Amino acid sequence: MLEVLEPAALTTLQDGGRHGWQAFGVPISGPMDAFALQAANVVVANPPAACAVEIGFSSAVFIAQHACLVALTGVGFSLQVGDFDIPLCSSVYVRANYPIRIKKTGPGNWAYLAVHGGINTPLALGSRSTYLRARLGAEKSAGQVALQRGDLLPIGPSKHNLLELAGRRILEGHDDKSPCYSANPTIQIIPGPQVSHFTSFGLQTLLSSTYTINSASDRSGYRLDGAPIERAITTELISEGMARGCIQVPINGLPIVMQADCPTIGGYPKIASVISADQPVLAQVPVGSGRIRFELSTIEQAQTRYRVLLKNLAESIIQPEIDDYSW
Amino acid sequence: MQPVPLSDTSILIPIGSSIDFEVNRRVHMLAAALTNDSPLGIVETVPAYASLVVHYDPLLLTQPQALDWINTRIDVLYSAATEHRPTKQIDIPVRYGAEYGQDLEFVARHCQMGVEDVIRLHSQVIYTVYMIGFTPGFAYLGRLPDALMTPRLETPRAIVRAGTVAIAGSQTAVYPVDSPGGWRLIGHTQLAPFDPRRDHPFLFAPGDTIRFVPDA
Repeated sequence: MLEVLEPAALTTLQDGGRHGWQAFGVPISGPMDAFALQAANVVVANPPAACAVEIGFSSAVFIAQHACLVALTGVGFSLQVGDFDIPLCSSVYVRANYPIRIKKTGPGNWAYLAVHGGINTPLALGSRSTYLRARLGAEKSAGQVALQRGDLLPIGPSKHNLLELAGRRILEGHDDKSPCYSANPTIQIIPGPQVSHFTSFGLQTLLSSTYTINSASDRSGYRLDGAPIERAITTELISEGMARGCIQVPINGLPIVMQADCPTIGGYPKIASVISADQPVLAQVPVGSGRIRFELSTIEQAQTRYRVLLKNLAESIIQPEIDDYSW
Repeated sequence: MQPVPLSDTSILIPIGSSIDFEVNRRVHMLAAALTNDSPLGIVETVPAYASLVVHYDPLLLTQPQALDWINTRIDVLYSAATEHRPTKQIDIPVRYGAEYGQDLEFVARHCQMGVEDVIRLHSQVIYTVYMIGFTPGFAYLGRLPDALMTPRLETPRAIVRAGTVAIAGSQTAVYPVDSPGGWRLIGHTQLAPFDPRRDHPFLFAPGDTIRFVPDA
């Protein structure tokens, strides 16, 4: 069991997401930063979509009653086990009852604490992801959906010797194999199905302005502040299916980028969508201070970048040279 | 109307431009045709009033491959066949008015009829599940008789209880989970449209038909 000693501002469980239920109105959920979740899982030798703890916006502390193997990924956080500072993206053997401290140290929003074996809570509609609004994946804490102090999280079984898995890490580099996290990124988008509902000036506004993330944003959507986007057509759209990354523009002209818990159906026109490869980067842009620019890409380039990003993750693992990561 | 990319993992198939039974029936026909023997990489389809979204995994299918596959099935939209995926008809027992149907008298006044007439009109129609969204299991049911059309609240209520039966515009619905809501509340049912612990967590599927039966 992994015990929550101090939860962050928003601490939830997330796996690869709840797929196959959107026709019934159930959002996919899953991680805000899918790359970081997969990286954390791969480092601790879990399947990439295993369930881990998503830590949002502030520090958190956990403790395990038995020895375990953990890794932390994400942007803006550091990891301390006992009194030792541990680098991100590397697996560390944690003795029983050693506190696992996750500290918010810089710009960024989300961190992922993966435990070898995975967090093994009961499945809800085939997934362990927490969906806050319908209280899915949250049976363990009655009444509360986000994780609370004292919550006990079961850890899945393992056949491995944990010490042999300690010290694995991911090859770091700012190439096309890892997201280029930045507080002020340029995010690639492709045109949406209702791009013609906007004037060419409106599209130009989106592509030439800088936007910041409003503090009313959440796991459903990032509300952007900046120049409003001019519409050519103001008639209402008949509600239609929605996807993560879609940029909806309501009447006030300020874009909303759909995130992990976004509704399955929406009624605002979609001027564009953020490509999958850049969704982790956008997710980690600091709320309020980060400045976002958008540039056009093509769907072919977008899908190629995404494949490169994820398919190479498993191959980027470096085994330890010396066994110096076990405390 | 041509399928278009909604994102780099999804394709939007526009089917009509109105909220209409016949357009919606074709949405469900296409959804059924696309759900049968779909290739690896097609994750799910999401029907709406007048369009269908296909979500796919770009690690397994490229956009041209996903489009090609959709285009091989899209002729079903223009076929004369009427049969599609088997659907259920579900009777929903409703206690009209009372604590959870607090807008029933407002609706009667707005529509210039008696409360009994509202109940009779609301329960004599067989409704179709046009689409499910907003919250898990929230089924948009149409079409409400024109005589009952009532606008939404200007300011939605913070909490509408699960099981509440409500109307808005030309539609009716049962709130499946406690959630905010701007529709007019006219009754309550003991049936749970969504219960994740059941073998079949959702009472209704898109395309099903529904009748409301007043509690004796």
